Amino acid sequence: MQIASMHFKARAGGKLADVKLQAALRKLQGNFVKGRAERMLELDNFEEIRSAAAAIRDRTLANLDTYLQTFERNATSRGAVVHWAETIDDVNRIVCELAGIYGVTKVIKSKSMVSEECALNDALEGAGVQVVETDLGEYILQLAKEPPSHIIAPVIHKGREEIADLFAEKHHLPRQSDPALLTREAREQLRGHFLSADMGISGANFVVAETGSTVIVTNEGNGRMVTTLPRVHVAITGIEKVVATREDLTTLLRLLPRSATGQTISNYVSVTTGPAQAGEAGPQHFHIILLDGGRSKLLGTDMQPMLRCIRCGACMNHCPVYQSVGGHAYGWVYPGPMGSILTSTLGGMENALDLPQASTLCNQCGVVCPVKIPLPELMRKLRERQFVKGLRPWSERAGLRLWRYAAERPVLYARLTRLAARLLKLMGGNARLIHRLPFASGWTGGRDMPAPAGKTFRELYARRAKPEFAATGARG
Amino acid sequence: MNSRDAILSRIRAAQGRAGAPSAPETAAVATYIAAHPSGPRPPSDWDPLQRLRERALSLTTTLDEVADLAAVPAAVARYLRNNQLPLNAVCWAELAALDWTSAGLQIEARETHGNDLVGITGAFCAIAETGTLMLLSGADTPGATSLLPETHIAVLPRSRIVRGMEDAWALQRAECGADAMPRAVNFISGPSRTADIEQTLVLGAHGPYRVHLVIIAA
Repeated sequence: MQIASMHFKARAGGKLADVKLQAALRKLQGNFVKGRAERMLELDNFEEIRSAAAAIRDRTLANLDTYLQTFERNATSRGAVVHWAETIDDVNRIVCELAGIYGVTKVIKSKSMVSEECALNDALEGAGVQVVETDLGEYILQLAKEPPSHIIAPVIHKGREEIADLFAEKHHLPRQSDPALLTREAREQLRGHFLSADMGISGANFVVAETGSTVIVTNEGNGRMVTTLPRVHVAITGIEKVVATREDLTTLLRLLPRSATGQTISNYVSVTTGPAQAGEAGPQHFHIILLDGGRSKLLGTDMQPMLRCIRCGACMNHCPVYQSVGGHAYGWVYPGPMGSILTSTLGGMENALDLPQASTLCNQCGVVCPVKIPLPELMRKLRERQFVKGLRPWSERAGLRLWRYAAERPVLYARLTRLAARLLKLMGGNARLIHRLPFASGWTGGRDMPAPAGKTFRELYARRAKPEFAATGARG
Repeated sequence: MNSRDAILSRIRAAQGRAGAPSAPETAAVATYIAAHPSGPRPPSDWDPLQRLRERALSLTTTLDEVADLAAVPAAVARYLRNNQLPLNAVCWAELAALDWTSAGLQIEARETHGNDLVGITGAFCAIAETGTLMLLSGADTPGATSLLPETHIAVLPRSRIVRGMEDAWALQRAECGADAMPRAVNFISGPSRTADIEQTLVLGAHGPYRVHLVIIAA
């Protein structure tokens, strides 16, 4: 998928003014945020499990090559074919070649964010293969020709009336807008595709080195159909998704559905190993594609903790910026805090200059991350890197240099802040609100800034601290 | 250099290692996998059957309990009639010998082709912690029977209820072999669902609208 993250500011403005989107985003907080909090209370030892989950991810990342080769060996010994893709173009080439080899005319897909990275549907359609997305949200987006705006709830930005219009137009059936009826309509439209497709393409939430298995976690059941009904199954995932054992998988499964959708467990966890066995109905051919796509560049750097990510979406659900602008503003596959880091590292820092800045560093994301990724810290490091590389605008760099000059001279700094505090108080007038600030019109464009009281912290502290010090001075 | 070697050598370079994985590295990985230690588990001071019942109901799975295997057809017939569901179904081979006809049911032991409305399966075991069924696919245990029909009925002896997923894996290792894996292990927790449209929960997205569990006491 083409990166459009450079348009973040312009897009964010539009999203804030979008009444329907704002209503949709409020529901996210109610369901996912509240649901997660309730499910976590079920685990008395949540922090212990969370630490274990982070350690499980770190274990395979520390010996990633050995675990990947173990996975490859075990998957191959059970009849799967493992492919390695350095780039997203390699993924598209491999899938199109497989479609050619097996004479595939129709592909059914379950939700895969890695395939969104690759823009795989475009590649397959270009090769003359029909592609049908089967996750309800992704199916709606395919009809609407839109990208997902959330990694778990891809169509969170659309309301039922919009979906009703879309279905009426595309299905040529009487319009209905009840979610249950719309779901039934999609089910009936898709059932025929499930039974007639030649190839099923899925992602993988995890791959298990011990058994050579791929794992998908779904609620709708379309993932099971995609991996069961067609004669060819292709699973596509990132090289970082490997876990060592079934027990490690189990620990992660205690956290993934709770963090993602506020469920104790998702309806279907499917662990797939090799093609159909003798006499069994199921895919005759099973191919697994492991994508690097820039992930190996994060290893051994301060960004390595990002590779622990299990794609639950909790960071975006809890992010005040995501909650305000939604996923499309971020301009690539992955939105929210994890997306800001992945877009910057996998997609190129210069393409996503605004994303690490689109955070208040409030650390809600860091607190809820089930694998303890220090997301605010990583965003702060990306900001630092942008500055060092001279990628920030000249005004910002000049401002920071000025600030540094003053901050290194305490007397000057005290005088300047005293002056500024008094000036700002004056500007605030009787209402004590500032309507316009020079050099900060972006901030005051949408709201007033409360005026300071007129004294700096250091002035107040100097006045009040002395008697306190005198009283406690004896203790040193 | 092919893609595989390029990716693997990039990983090693990033980790400050050269050449192929050393003997101690591969040994450490093999040892960990052979030991496959369990992680921390949530407290489980509950009775497994009671817990399974509670969790299953919260997932909108319905339950019934019968004395023995011979009582299963009557229980299934009762469930189907009470819910005004069709009285014909497909089932797994292991359930073919039951006397379905006397209970007024028409049951065929075959794979489903997509038009059957009721599917009856066994289960490898059930996990009390989450109210989950664990099914292993195979020639006589096709995965589609629990997936394509609108109603899924599972039959499970009470002795096959384990506490957590770790215990389910241990049972699978013990009975099938440490390295043996079926093509698909399906963990099923209630009927298929979606909340993709306005976060409104709808049951029966693509899979079954209903999951019914019949537990056999003996």
